[in-house]
Amino acid sequence: MSVEDKVKKIIAEKLSVDISEVVPEASFVDDLGADSLDLVELIMSMEEEFDVDISDEDAEKMVTVKDAFDYIKNH
Amino acid sequence: MFQKGKESLNRRVVVTGLGLVTPLGIGVENTWSALCEGRSGIGEITRFDTSAFATKIAAEVKDFNPEDFLPKKEAKRTEKFIAYAVAAARMAVENARLAIDESNGHRVGVITGCGLGGLEILEVTARTIQDKGPKRVTPFFIPMMIGNMAPGMISIHLGAKGPNISVATACAAGSHAVGDACNTIRRGQADAMITGGVESVITPTCIAGFNAMKALSTRNDDPQRASRPFDRGRDGFVVGEGAGMLVIEELEHALARGATILAEMVGYGQSGDGYHMTSPSPDGDGMIRCMQAAIDNAGISCEMIDYINAHGTSTPLNDLYETRAIKKVFGDFAPQVPISSTKSMTGHLLGGAGGIETAFTVLAVKNGIIPPTINLDNPDDECDLDYVPKVARKAELTYAMSNSFGFGGTNASLVVKRYPS
Repeated sequence: MSVEDKVKKIIAEKLSVDISEVVPEASFVDDLGADSLDLVELIMSMEEEFDVDISDEDAEKMVTVKDAFDYIKNH
Repeated sequence: MFQKGKESLNRRVVVTGLGLVTPLGIGVENTWSALCEGRSGIGEITRFDTSAFATKIAAEVKDFNPEDFLPKKEAKRTEKFIAYAVAAARMAVENARLAIDESNGHRVGVITGCGLGGLEILEVTARTIQDKGPKRVTPFFIPMMIGNMAPGMISIHLGAKGPNISVATACAAGSHAVGDACNTIRRGQADAMITGGVESVITPTCIAGFNAMKALSTRNDDPQRASRPFDRGRDGFVVGEGAGMLVIEELEHALARGATILAEMVGYGQSGDGYHMTSPSPDGDGMIRCMQAAIDNAGISCEMIDYINAHGTSTPLNDLYETRAIKKVFGDFAPQVPISSTKSMTGHLLGGAGGIETAFTVLAVKNGIIPPTINLDNPDDECDLDYVPKVARKAELTYAMSNSFGFGGTNASLVVKRYPS
């Protein structure tokens, strides 16, 4: 499974949305219905899956699915 | 919100809807028919490995799908007790045919009882901290654990924006919730309330904790006969789970919208034992004052009570002391009052008990049927009253009382009256 597919899978699972909705330009809050607690859990899940430590500042900058792809690819 | 001119001690409170999620079934009809047939909802614990535990039995809710009652995402991030509460509340509101919207939502409140809250997520979180560290704790831990997320989620999903409260008086919580909800309507602070009790704690910490107190039955080889209130062979209670919710309303409010009235709530008594952390006082002092207060509050005399839904936990002490207390309150009349413990079938729902048992008491007066005390093969020598053993009984009931007593020495009794159809 590619990194992007892994990220997509986590997002779909944590936000209880269909994987087809998890497109790069989708915003977690506006398009995928995430609230503040969902975002915390989403970040935690990515940290665990990819063994990275995402700072609060970086987490705040992650607004869309593409932001998450880019972060994971660059770290 | 307080509305001027709405406060009056004369405001009458009626029940217009019921919702049940119990070990005997999902829904009022399923549960009530099982109760009247004398079926037990108790079996082996399936939720965790009980091999090291003294007690391996409980009354679990079966075939419950939270997604039938909550959106998928919400269903995933709630504990069972919250989902049970929302499910039972949704059923009760549908049963009452009460439309809750922007125009009346602020006049509909929620008061529910919950003794322990989300123990399962607490256990998971404690393990997470130990295994992975505190940074891996889910942000949903606190929202999933706190007892008042039950009324909170009921409010969120049903639009009831009046007073929103959770009562935490252990095994009396459900009854205190219903009594307090009645008073909220009498005081004019709401026109309708969603009220009852909920619990779901069939988890290792709960079973180990009650086992340490020697409070639970260990009749593991015969689960369906383990809860045997008032019987000589009783050896403790059986943990049950589920939720019982009622819609109660101010009488004129119910009449004005043409609601079907199931029963009237006429009496509420409360007391504290001031005696011991877990044991009721041997002379039944707290229970006596509680039952008497409920009868007085109803403005009736004890001879007018036609049925008592007992606390009847199946512990050696409760059943004996409750019997003594009933004898003290009812005097010579005590042998004539039919008493039953539905915990013989549902197990003990702890903070949820008062919710389901108030609902059962409403159904008893409405349907003219007293559910039995099953497994009463050899009554205790000192438990010599009419416990409606084994088989349900038809009887015309006008007034019925439901008792709930909790650890800490806290007591609640409610008096329900048949509403003429």
